[in-house]
Amino acid sequence: MTTPSYPTTWRRPPQIVKDRRWRLALQIGIFVYLVLAIGSVEVNWARVYDGLERGQRFIMGFLQPDFSSRWRDISQGLVESLTMTLTSTVVGVAISVPIGIGAARNLAPRWIYYICRSIIAVSRALQEIIIAIFFVAMFGFGPFAGFLTLSFATIGFIAKLLADDIEEINEAQAEAIRSTGASWWQVVNYAIQPQVMPRLIGLSLYRLDINFRESAVIGIVGAGGIGATLNTAIDRYEYDSAGAILLIIIGIVMVAEYGSSYLRKFLQ
Amino acid sequence: MLHLERLSKTYKTGETALHEVTLDVPKGQILGLIGPSGAGKSTLIRCINRLVEPSSGKVLLGDVDLARLGKTDLRKQRRRIGMIFQEYALVERLTVMENVLSGRLGYVPFWRSFLRKYPAADIQRAYRLLDRVGLIDHADKRADALSGGQRQRVGIARALAQDPELLLVDEPTASLDPKTSRQIMRLLTEVCTERGLPAIVNIHDVPLAQQFMQRIVGLRAGRVVFDGPPEALTESALTQIYGEEDWNAMRAGDAEQAAAEAEARDRIAALAK
Repeated sequence: MTTPSYPTTWRRPPQIVKDRRWRLALQIGIFVYLVLAIGSVEVNWARVYDGLERGQRFIMGFLQPDFSSRWRDISQGLVESLTMTLTSTVVGVAISVPIGIGAARNLAPRWIYYICRSIIAVSRALQEIIIAIFFVAMFGFGPFAGFLTLSFATIGFIAKLLADDIEEINEAQAEAIRSTGASWWQVVNYAIQPQVMPRLIGLSLYRLDINFRESAVIGIVGAGGIGATLNTAIDRYEYDSAGAILLIIIGIVMVAEYGSSYLRKFLQ
Repeated sequence: MLHLERLSKTYKTGETALHEVTLDVPKGQILGLIGPSGAGKSTLIRCINRLVEPSSGKVLLGDVDLARLGKTDLRKQRRRIGMIFQEYALVERLTVMENVLSGRLGYVPFWRSFLRKYPAADIQRAYRLLDRVGLIDHADKRADALSGGQRQRVGIARALAQDPELLLVDEPTASLDPKTSRQIMRLLTEVCTERGLPAIVNIHDVPLAQQFMQRIVGLRAGRVVFDGPPEALTESALTQIYGEEDWNAMRAGDAEQAAAEAEARDRIAALAK
């Protein structure tokens, strides 16, 4: 009996760059670029040494956080931040839903699709800090600028993910509802909404805790909230108060994180 | 009741799914549509309620030509045609009751459907239909909590809730086991007989078709190649419909499916305009 001799070794064929020489050239090229790039970074070691001491003071402040002496500022900043977070998430999501529906290729006519996709593109292209600087310039310092910033950023996030989700729905269910003679609104309400609702709620909760974290960041450029309080504390070299604020932010973010992941699991 | 005249469908890919199909379905007749995958069975029934847009020909339901209707009129006419789907196509996260009531969507204004405030007669009808298909105790369950056979019963109740004059049934038993398939077919033929309702049933299970259908139409490559009572479906007639072993047609079936799906997407886009 003759057994054909099958090979005993097998290697995964290259998937992206097929030619061996090109692969080698690419790997060497990337390595050389990395070396040159690292070489071009200027490091002022004397300055780093100075900074170490400041960093140490900062960490010491962190280890002995002072919640009490600036409590009034901290609590006011916190309330501002939380208000900003909640209102901007609600408003942002409310605006995102129609834009998201409009940006779903399988629901919207072409021209509405392009308008909504470009709104999303603009919102996603501009980073929160840049928008915050712009709104602070327009409306002055304070939480109103922060509220607008976060609402604007929420639109890009929720509308895009909602639109992508709508484009991936089970088409058969929509077809079935349409075949009963349902109108466009009824198709959205009966076939689309039930399929995307759990994810929309999940995304909104996720955005809620992103917005809280962002509210701390945009405060630094003047958009109010706990970030502004933190910035003031650091400017005054009150690292113990800054430490307290950071600990509170971390605490709230963790609570929001666990809370929203629990809720999302519950909703599925 | 239903009269198709020289109905043709050519997909954008250039594939001819239907070629000048002429067919008459009288009131109360249950017609089985058989044929190999890719013969155009799905396309044919979807051309009737225009989930797929026919390229040419007439679709006369009573004396209305469905192929020529504008959007609003089409919605009105769709109410007269109930459809039952292969994978049930229930909205899984809605309750059984909502799924059945969704058969009334063409009759109620948006606010009623949105608030789930259906007229009393509709609710009564929905309960009566759920009782008829044996699921009255499951009204408040979510559709995805039901078994395959139960889901298809909900599908039947939803189609009947439209109070239709014609039923289009697309492979009702394709994802069911043999015993449940028989039960579903029996239920289907019973409800059609009770109401004198004509039905076009796409079915690829030939013995099942012979057992339950009053008339069989064989489709091959978009043309009617057989039309007669189930008894006339002999070995040679089957060879004529299915060919000796036509594997190419099966592959063409996949292409047709893809084309139909692309078309369905465009349809919603068009509906939105």
